[in-house]
Amino acid sequence: MTTQTLLPEARSAVVVEERPLSPRPSLRDTVTQTFAMAWRAMKKMRRNPEQFFDVTLQPILFTAMFAYVFGGAVSGSVSDYLPLMIPGILAQTALTACMATGTQMREDMDKGVFDRFKAMPIARIAPLAGPMMADLLRYGIAATITIAVGLVMGYRPDGGVVGVIAGWLLTIVAGWSLAWIFAWLGTVARSAQAVQGIGMMIMFPLTFLSNAYVPAGTMPDWLQTFVKINPVSHVVTAVRDLMNGNGLTAQVGWALVACAIVVAIFAPLAVRSYSRKM
Amino acid sequence: MNVSTTLAVSAEGLVKRFGDFSAVDGIDLEVRRGEVFGVLGPNGAGKTTTLSMLATLLPIDGGRASIFGVDVASSPHQIRQLVGVTGQYASVDENLTATENLYLFGRLLGLPKARARATADDLLGRFGLEEAATRQIKNFSGGMRRRLDLAASLIAQPPLIFLDEPTTGLDPRTRGQMWDTIRELVANGSTILLTTQYLDEADQLADRIAVIDRGRKVAEGTPEQLKSSVGDSTLHVRMTDREQTSLAAAVVERVVGEAPVLTPEAGGLNIALPDADRAADVLIALRQASVSIATATVRQPTLDEVFLALTGHHSDTDHQDEEVA
Repeated sequence: MTTQTLLPEARSAVVVEERPLSPRPSLRDTVTQTFAMAWRAMKKMRRNPEQFFDVTLQPILFTAMFAYVFGGAVSGSVSDYLPLMIPGILAQTALTACMATGTQMREDMDKGVFDRFKAMPIARIAPLAGPMMADLLRYGIAATITIAVGLVMGYRPDGGVVGVIAGWLLTIVAGWSLAWIFAWLGTVARSAQAVQGIGMMIMFPLTFLSNAYVPAGTMPDWLQTFVKINPVSHVVTAVRDLMNGNGLTAQVGWALVACAIVVAIFAPLAVRSYSRKM
Repeated sequence: MNVSTTLAVSAEGLVKRFGDFSAVDGIDLEVRRGEVFGVLGPNGAGKTTTLSMLATLLPIDGGRASIFGVDVASSPHQIRQLVGVTGQYASVDENLTATENLYLFGRLLGLPKARARATADDLLGRFGLEEAATRQIKNFSGGMRRRLDLAASLIAQPPLIFLDEPTTGLDPRTRGQMWDTIRELVANGSTILLTTQYLDEADQLADRIAVIDRGRKVAEGTPEQLKSSVGDSTLHVRMTDREQTSLAAAVVERVVGEAPVLTPEAGGLNIALPDADRAADVLIALRQASVSIATATVRQPTLDEVFLALTGHHSDTDHQDEEVA
């Protein structure tokens, strides 16, 4: 018999009939596996801090830039513009962060370790849901910085602490929901650059053809129609309501419904195209 | 239904098409429990594609396959519980350390945190990777990656292990270490399905070999059967003084019991050996007979020679010459 062995218990392991095979991953397994994948994504983030540029520098830059450029023209003064604009910037930074979610997922999937994930008996949604969960941190950072810059520039939200926290939470929920669009894009696109390119084409119309920066009233009728169905408009209006003291309005409900619809459509699509690629 | 005699792998007429091209064109495989089965073939022969289909990484386009009696196409999740896959390119996470990699895979396989950690440390120890445990994989050598990759495949203690070209691109020393590791797995009773481009690797490790060419199986048998279809290993000797050729031939005949073949160029002998070990006996006898030798080489049949014998064409691979130890 061998004196040193790699697997002392392997003899029993080869008795196949004794190992119970589960037909599919249970919900509990799926949750554990998603958390394990989120743990991996967090480790990666900590080792590549440049991944945080888009959620730290960009909110600072955009908030200052938009406030001083558009403030006077749209609302008469910078301080009058801030309550209108900060929720808009929140939505935009969340969308930018989403785009990075899709790009990084695509990049990740080309790596060898994904071959192992595919060959392992794990829930197919875990490799997607894990990084999405870790990215909640990024949306949180982006939203926090945007609000902080606004406060420094003189934004005094009427909604108080509770309203601001509610708006902050809604931004994160919206970011996470919209990220499924980009995750799906990540599973179907050929390269990370493609995700970036297509992502830009989705992100700019969604943010600018909305009520994020200017009231929609001066736009042509056909454009106003789009602005009204754009989920970003709903999120922006809802965040405004929460932060500027209008409380829990119907818009908040509609924003959550819009987010739920996006997830219900794109999460299954993403998982399906990910499992197909296997 | 006698389950204990179920084959580890049973595949009939496997087909994989990419557009008009059939990468795998009707391959049958039968791997028995506890054996090391080698799939030998040049680059692009369809080895990796076959393994990918059996590991549920690629859908099967034709034919059927089962692993320990479980159908591959209809029960992918069960198959993934039975098979550990070690890829051609080490499939571990570049951004994580060795410990973190094994911990992650352990958690994904449902081990509790403490056990995932213990298993990671344990495997790192057994694979001689302790000192590299806290380094990120991107700073690892090729050999270390492969060892870590293999360690990762063993966390779940799968009854069947797929090794896809485990030593391609490794230097001879690391290659030898990898072989030792694989032999230990075999000693522990694992069933192994191995692909390789190297005849000597299949010879060293496999109980039975299937030779694959252009998506089809062209031969199957034990390494001995396969090699005897090509020829035994040969000792080639060239004398410094060609006048000594007949003396040398007589000495050789006395040692191996068979007359050597004179090479086309003068002063050379080709001596067929029952095994390569006898080369030393021949050389010692020549020295004792005061025959002065200019060069002596022992040669195994190369993959290309096996291919030429089996298929009538060369294997179209640049790789059979490099790294054959």
